[in-house]
Amino acid sequence: MSDKAKMELAVGTFVVLGLAALLMLSLKVSNLGNFTGGDNYNISASFENIGGLKVRAPVMMAGVRIGEVKEIGLSMKTFEATVTMSISSKYSSLPKDSSASIFTSGLLGEQYIAMDPGGDEDVLTNGDYVVLAQSAMVLEQVLGQFLFSKAAGDE
Amino acid sequence: MQNEVVNPIQGIGRKVINSVQRLGRGSLFLMNTILAFPSLLKEFSLLMKQLFSVGVLSMQIIIVSGLTVGMVLGLQGYNTLVDFGAEDSLGQMVALSLVREMGPVLTALLFAGRAGSALTAEIGLMKVTEQLPAMQMMAVDPFKKVVAPRFVAGLISMPLLAAMFSAVGVVGGYIVGVGLLGVDGGAFWSQMSSKVDLYEDILNGVVKSIVFGWVAVWIAVYEGYDATPTIDGVSRATTRTVVHTAFAVLGLDFILTALMFGGA
Repeated sequence: MSDKAKMELAVGTFVVLGLAALLMLSLKVSNLGNFTGGDNYNISASFENIGGLKVRAPVMMAGVRIGEVKEIGLSMKTFEATVTMSISSKYSSLPKDSSASIFTSGLLGEQYIAMDPGGDEDVLTNGDYVVLAQSAMVLEQVLGQFLFSKAAGDE
Repeated sequence: MQNEVVNPIQGIGRKVINSVQRLGRGSLFLMNTILAFPSLLKEFSLLMKQLFSVGVLSMQIIIVSGLTVGMVLGLQGYNTLVDFGAEDSLGQMVALSLVREMGPVLTALLFAGRAGSALTAEIGLMKVTEQLPAMQMMAVDPFKKVVAPRFVAGLISMPLLAAMFSAVGVVGGYIVGVGLLGVDGGAFWSQMSSKVDLYEDILNGVVKSIVFGWVAVWIAVYEGYDATPTIDGVSRATTRTVVHTAFAVLGLDFILTALMFGGA
C-alpha cells in the first residue's frame, strides 16, 4: 500500500470513529433511543394537582418504563390538569380500568406517573381516557394537614 | 525600542494600541483564511494531509485521556453518590459532566497542546525559513496552500475528537462503576439515557466543541503566521498559542455555559 493510501485509510478511520462516537452518544447515552422512534399510542388522564410533573417524565408500570408524558394542559371546564401520555406499542394490553398516580422517585426525586393494572378484559387504545387518577402528593399540603391536625389535637 | 524608558501612562497606551492592532490583524487574517476555503475543494489532498497530522495523530492522547478522565469521574462520583444511596445515578453524572463540560473543554486544551502548538511551530518556521514570502513571489497564495487546509482540518477534527473523548469517557466510567465498584449495569445506562437530552446536552456539547475548535485553530495558525521570524520568536509564539487558547477556551466556556444551561 502506498503512503498516500495509508494516510487516506487513517483519516477515514479517524472520521468514521468520530462519527461513531457521536452516534453512540446520541443513541446510547441520550434519550433519543428511548421512545421517539417506534410506534406509540396516546392515553390521557385528569389530575387535580400534578405537583412538579414535567413533559417527558417517565410513565412506569411495576417499575418498568413503558412511556413518557407527552403533553400537559389545563382544562378550563373542570380546572384540572390534563396529562397526555405516550405509551410504547410494545405495551398495548393495559386493562381499561388501569389507574394512574403521580409518584415521586425517592424522597426528593423527580415525579413520574405510575400505572396500576386493573382487571378489565378491554384494553386501553389510542385516545382513551384513564378514569382513575390520583394526584401528586404535594409536600406543603401534607405538612399543612399535619400541622393542622396537630393544632386541632392540642385544643 | 523595548528598553527605552517610557512613562507609565505611555506604556499603557502602547500596550492597548498593540493589542488592538493584533486583534485587527487577527480578524483580517481570519477573513483571508475564510476567503481561501473554496480553493480547498479543488485541492482535497492538502486537506487530507492536515487531517492526518491534526486529527489522526491527536487521537491517541484524546482516547487515553478520555478513558482516564471517565474512570476518575466514575471513582469520585461513586464515593460521593454512595453516601446518599444514589450510586445508580453514576451513569447520569459521568455522562452529563463529560458531554456538557469535560469533553469539549479538555479536548480543546489537549488539542492546543498536541496539534495547536505543532501548527504554530510549523507555520512559524516556514516564516523563519522564508518559505511564505517565497510562495508569494511565485504567485502562490500561502492562505490557500498553507493556512486554509490547516484551519479546516482543525475545524473538522475538534468536534470529532470531543465526541470520541466523551464516548470513551462514558465507557471508562462504566468500567470503573459497573466493573469494579458493583453499580448495576442496567441502572447505569437507563438512568443515563433517561436524563441526558439529545438537544439540551449532546447538541450543546457539540456546539461548544465547534466553537472551541474554531478558537483554538484560529489562535494556533495566526500565532504562527504572525510570529517574529526568529528562533526566539517562534518559541514564544508556540507558548502563546497554548496559553492564549487555554484562556480563551476557559473564558468562552463560562459564557457558553451561562447561555446554554444558565437560565431557566
